Amino acid sequence: MGSTTLLKESGPREVFCGLTSIVWLHRRMPDAFFLVVGSRTCAHLIQSAAGVMIFAEPRFGTAILEERDLAGLADAHEELDRVVNDLLARRPEIRTLFLVGSCPSEVIKLDLARVAERLNGQLQGGVRVLNYSGSGIETTFTQGEDGALKAMVPLMPNSNEAQLLLVGTMANAVEDRLKHLFERLGIPSVSSLPPRQSTDLPSVGPGTRVLLTQPYLTDTARELKDRGAEILQAPFPLGAEGSRLWMEAAAKAFGINGSHVATILEPLMVRAQKALSPYKEQLAGKRIFLMPESQLEIPLARFLHRECGMELVEVGVPYLNRDMMQSELELLPHNTQVMEGQHVEKQLDRVREQRPDLVVCGMGLANPLEAEEIATKWSIELIFSPIHGIDQAADLAELFARPLHRRDLLNNQLLVSV
Amino acid sequence: MELTLWTYEGPPHVGAMRIASSMEGVHYVLHAPQGDTYADLLFTMIERRGRRPPVTYTTFQARDLGGDTAELVKGHLREAVERFNPEALLVGESCTAELIQDQPGSLASGMGFNMPVVGIELPAYSKKENWGASETFYQLVRGILSKQPSEESGVSHSPAAWKSEGRRPRVNLLGPTLLGFRCRDDILELEKLLNQHGIDVHVVAPLEARPADLMRLPNADLNVCLYPEIAEATCLWLERNYGMPFSKTVPIGVGATKDFLEELHQLLEMPAPNPGEGAEQSKLPWYSQSVDSNYLTGKRVFIFGDGTHAIAAARIADQELGFKVVGLGTYSREMARPVRAAAKELGLEALISDDYLAVEAAMAEAAPELVLGTQMERHSAKRLGIPCAVISTPMHVQDVPARYSPQMGWEGANVIFDSWVHPLMMGLEEHLIGMFRHDFEFVDGHQSHLGHLGGHQSQTEQQQSQAATNPSTQSNADSSSEESPLWTPEGEAELAKIPFFVRGKVRRNTEKYARQAGCRRIDSETVYDAKVHFRA
Repeated sequence: MGSTTLLKESGPREVFCGLTSIVWLHRRMPDAFFLVVGSRTCAHLIQSAAGVMIFAEPRFGTAILEERDLAGLADAHEELDRVVNDLLARRPEIRTLFLVGSCPSEVIKLDLARVAERLNGQLQGGVRVLNYSGSGIETTFTQGEDGALKAMVPLMPNSNEAQLLLVGTMANAVEDRLKHLFERLGIPSVSSLPPRQSTDLPSVGPGTRVLLTQPYLTDTARELKDRGAEILQAPFPLGAEGSRLWMEAAAKAFGINGSHVATILEPLMVRAQKALSPYKEQLAGKRIFLMPESQLEIPLARFLHRECGMELVEVGVPYLNRDMMQSELELLPHNTQVMEGQHVEKQLDRVREQRPDLVVCGMGLANPLEAEEIATKWSIELIFSPIHGIDQAADLAELFARPLHRRDLLNNQLLVSV
Repeated sequence: MELTLWTYEGPPHVGAMRIASSMEGVHYVLHAPQGDTYADLLFTMIERRGRRPPVTYTTFQARDLGGDTAELVKGHLREAVERFNPEALLVGESCTAELIQDQPGSLASGMGFNMPVVGIELPAYSKKENWGASETFYQLVRGILSKQPSEESGVSHSPAAWKSEGRRPRVNLLGPTLLGFRCRDDILELEKLLNQHGIDVHVVAPLEARPADLMRLPNADLNVCLYPEIAEATCLWLERNYGMPFSKTVPIGVGATKDFLEELHQLLEMPAPNPGEGAEQSKLPWYSQSVDSNYLTGKRVFIFGDGTHAIAAARIADQELGFKVVGLGTYSREMARPVRAAAKELGLEALISDDYLAVEAAMAEAAPELVLGTQMERHSAKRLGIPCAVISTPMHVQDVPARYSPQMGWEGANVIFDSWVHPLMMGLEEHLIGMFRHDFEFVDGHQSHLGHLGGHQSQTEQQQSQAATNPSTQSNADSSSEESPLWTPEGEAELAKIPFFVRGKVRRNTEKYARQAGCRRIDSETVYDAKVHFRA
């Protein structure tokens, strides 16, 4: 570290709030329901962000506060009990209910922890009720997952067994692949948080080593540390290099012979580099600007620069946790502009001034930039795609090459028709 | 507290954003926490707008709540005015900001800006998007008109003034917005229609209007209220304060377009229009009369949407297409009254609900053959296996087609005919399957009338369709121990004469019949026996 330029700015922001993370969390745990206690805005946000009309009956919903709920908090508690009981009667397959706090519920100081405690008493273990906040006044986008996972930690059983715990939601297929590789490396026991069934929680204790799969899990990591786990320091598993360093960190912690690790990972690296090379050709020398949204920006910038040869114009992050990002920041090129926070208007001024070849941004900004002839990539797509691990490095690069490739295709078409 | 899994309408401040984003030269400062910016994507992704909505969000955070949030609002207001220099400033708050009571509207009025400042208070915990749009449009029109000297008000307004002033009559078209259903094309269609009748369009608002255009509203002879959800409050206010009458018929469908023209001509004191115009200008009446449309007779149709489009759809279905309306409803409480009245005329009880699962249940109960609804009803209908056409918001990217496809006027009626009838099986096809299914054109190898298939390809298709039916032959052979009947070559040859798209069903029925009749070999007679058996 030290070579990067860490800047800060504040002003109007254009980021999702933590409620958005329900979109992938509910798919990860099919026996869990996420009940937002909030307003019509919250309900509209989640369905708009997710484009969720395809579901018959989704496993998330909003208990929408109405005038009379605001008038008396006592009534609001009663009303919430009623909504929860109706919901659970309707969906008997639900094993874990997350009560998710929102901006309005935080502002009126509706104590969801107390509600959860009371409901747990009533439900007597049939359904576990947890709570966390996904409110925009406290969390951005991916931080919602941090809250949800943190709420699950106290329920994890104790164990002193030596084990590796992967923390953070990944695509199931990618997770299976990584677990298989850890097995081949010789790590005896590998489990995940969140689990695929909400009740199937992994254990934690002094023998547990934690690898974070996502860079936004600060609070969960702290909580796991308090339970005796060791949080391994490594870059995040995006790109071949990052994924290798990430796996090596685990191997080292488990005392696995370095040459054995190299025997397993080296062929993967060779294959990944071969797969990456056509994308590297398209991306090398291209200038990229990352607007703050998902917290993946720094690891992505590291990958795009070191493995794809892209130039980093500006790397925005909603917030910067230096401890968590230390291994990543060390790998960024000299004088990278890392901007924490946002003043969206000023940032867009800089985009226009710098004319990067590609901007990573939220869905609200993408088409307006495209209309200004600036190619974009939606950051939300990176959250939904299987991008972790050495084997996925080329797929990750392709996500960034595609908008540029498409632009070339369309420009050629236009030239032909002129 | 209300459990909501999915909502037809957004919160009221999204309605306000629709007004601000529809217009030119208006900027909206919205006191709202981080996260509420999601609403931008409704415009940039769903409407595919190449411009950000003209909205500055204060995006306050928890740490700001301990300090002076009013000062924060003022900072954003100053910056927004300086950067965007709008011709009119809207100021409001979202649900969370409503709770902290900074009253951004009053703050803005006291800041000495030199453009009209309109504060909007939208009760987020009791109202919804369309109400918010209506209220915002009304407040904006009122706020801007009250800034100009009131020489106009009090003066009696005559909708026939065009006669004495020696000009063409002129009307305002009020109500079209972004994220409204086909508004952009409706406006083009109506401008064309009115122009043909010698009527000029004076101001269209809010879509693409500037604040200065709102100042000119009272100079028109009358207002056309295109979408009552959005414009009725404004039309009523203009009527009360400026004496401007407004038209109440929404010109969707041939009958309604005819009534609309008559209403307009009457209000403007023009000679009545040609009552046969619809039949001349729109293809709907003839297409509906043509013999092919006989199969539409009495088709059971379930209708659900916003008030305007649901009511219009019910009239078209009932009077212009000869459908039987078996369900009518709306998610809009503001439109409950007229929808109830329309349902009553059809002998139905209207469904007023914003719970899509209740709508799906009502749909299943009504057992329709066609559903006309929102994108959500399209999904419900798909689950129930019923064809569906989308007639109303909430908007989906598919509801912003690249082609010209209005709902209003004569062309709108054409668009409606196509988009409702195509999901149903084409009538002629239905007949052909029944009448000509043994004709050689329908036998394999003679499918060149399908146009795009060459001889070679149709052979391929034939092989594929045979391959598709083969497994059942094989399974018959496998399960011969269960006394499955055996197809003789003669029986197979008879089966092959049957058009491929019903062949699988005929094969199954024949086997079922053969088992029932205790017949172990299927020859051509068995196929005919089975056909008679299942027809009886």
